[in-house]
Amino acid sequence: MADKITVGYTHLSGCTGCTVALADNYGGLLTLLDRYVDLKYMPTLADARHVQKVDVSFVEGSCCINDKLAVEELKETREKSTVVVAIGGCACYGNITRFSRGGQVNQPQHEAFLPIGDVIKVDVYIPGCAPTPQMIRNVAVMAYLLLKGTKEQKDLATAFLKPLMMAAQRGTTACFCDLMTEVINQGLCMGCGSCAAACPVRAITHEYGKPQGVRDLCIKCGACYNQCPRSWFSFDVVENYEAINEAIMAALQ
Amino acid sequence: MGAELGKYKTCVSARSTDKEILKHAQDGGIVTSLFGFALDEGIIDGAIVAATKEFAHKHPEKAMMDNSNMEFHEPWRPIPVVITTKADLLAAAGTKYNLSPNVSLIKEATRSFGLDKVGIVGTPCQMQAIRKGQLYPIGLRDVGASIALALGIFCMENFPYQSILQLVEDHAAMKMEAVKKMEIGKGKFWVYGKRGQVVQLPLKVTHKYEQPGCHVCLDYVANLGDISTGSVGSPDGWSTVFVRSKIGDSVWAKAMAAGCFETQPIEKVKPGLEMVSKLANEKITKNKATVESRKTFGVGKGLRIPYI
Repeated sequence: MADKITVGYTHLSGCTGCTVALADNYGGLLTLLDRYVDLKYMPTLADARHVQKVDVSFVEGSCCINDKLAVEELKETREKSTVVVAIGGCACYGNITRFSRGGQVNQPQHEAFLPIGDVIKVDVYIPGCAPTPQMIRNVAVMAYLLLKGTKEQKDLATAFLKPLMMAAQRGTTACFCDLMTEVINQGLCMGCGSCAAACPVRAITHEYGKPQGVRDLCIKCGACYNQCPRSWFSFDVVENYEAINEAIMAALQ
Repeated sequence: MGAELGKYKTCVSARSTDKEILKHAQDGGIVTSLFGFALDEGIIDGAIVAATKEFAHKHPEKAMMDNSNMEFHEPWRPIPVVITTKADLLAAAGTKYNLSPNVSLIKEATRSFGLDKVGIVGTPCQMQAIRKGQLYPIGLRDVGASIALALGIFCMENFPYQSILQLVEDHAAMKMEAVKKMEIGKGKFWVYGKRGQVVQLPLKVTHKYEQPGCHVCLDYVANLGDISTGSVGSPDGWSTVFVRSKIGDSVWAKAMAAGCFETQPIEKVKPGLEMVSKLANEKITKNKATVESRKTFGVGKGLRIPYI
């Protein structure tokens, strides 16, 4: 136990898809829990459900600011965690909850939802709707290496997590429009197709090799923007893709 | 010669031993032969390649995503498709010199196309996208481990379709449908007509038509492909091949053992690796300057730089 990192999972206004994605690591999740992670609390997968003091907490879902309990839990999560990771589109960017206008049973007055970064300081983003099991796995392994690894492993984990920390600093909106304003309008798009592949709702097509978004379909999850190699790209990390992939797989053997 | 060529295990000059492939190929038929071999051996179930719009029309079930103006007749417009047979591979062989967002199919290939082992060919930037996608699979669930063979092609820059249209029809005064082959080499843009006519344009003419996004690219020889290839460095009809990753090494060794390629040591051929190195350095130096100049583009305002 001593070598494990302590982890918590706070569940706000999300559909539990992020939890399912985490669980979809199957055997990998068991290895994570066995060797690297002491799961202190989590509404769906652990007995303890209330926020505790941990090294890393994952927060799923956006925060309904009309829900006192949600706001308190989120603030408590921040106070009690060394690192806060926003997991999934809702926690990072609001995602589909951006479209809420309230009026739903049985809490019609719950109408205003914010990405958690608008309420507390967030350290790392794992965007995507749902985030992928592999992305969650990679971040979990890297978080472990950052806190418990050798100097070399710490350096690797720092380099790996840096873009995701920068994403957290960048802000709480990312949708197809960010691809327009930060990549295409900036003259950086080269028509690779990553955005269309990443979009969970097929809102992106390509016209003459360049992305076009059907903006009414966009759910504001931020997957396209963050998958784009011209939104952010770390040569230090990606050039060593082979060794890093192998290290992650070895950690889960 | 150093970092500009990326990491690689071996480098040779090679060409396919398959005469049929060489008839359709841009240079040495490396990509077509490798995918053909990988299909035969079950190394891949299918591959994402840049086919033509005519092919996509004939086989709409193999193409997706890029459906703009599909009713127009547009020769030499590439459309990314998923192919699973050698015949389809041949139909897609050859370079088109304009944008084909092959990565757009990388997830769909494992979904509606049902591939477990995907091959993909792409430019250096597309190889970067693939590797970023394996390490940071933000919207690419279960895709990373399915990428069984990623082939990179050398690339100085790419063009929008309309740029190629302008170069061929306005500058070279040839109809697009009359073109048999396009090629960039020996400092010229070459357009070969089906009736045997050849027009060459100095590259100076082509520069202004380049895709702007290419000007921040710092990779010439597809450093992140499993295997990367291009004509530069090798004699006419041959290709320079860098074998880079463990996957690339294994596939290349098997293909060589099966007699797919004849090779020459890269040290023995003209113009050789020096030429590759020279062009790589030219591209990287020029584009590093472009990246740098973005910082001071405006008055007290810079442009975004994606690299961290």
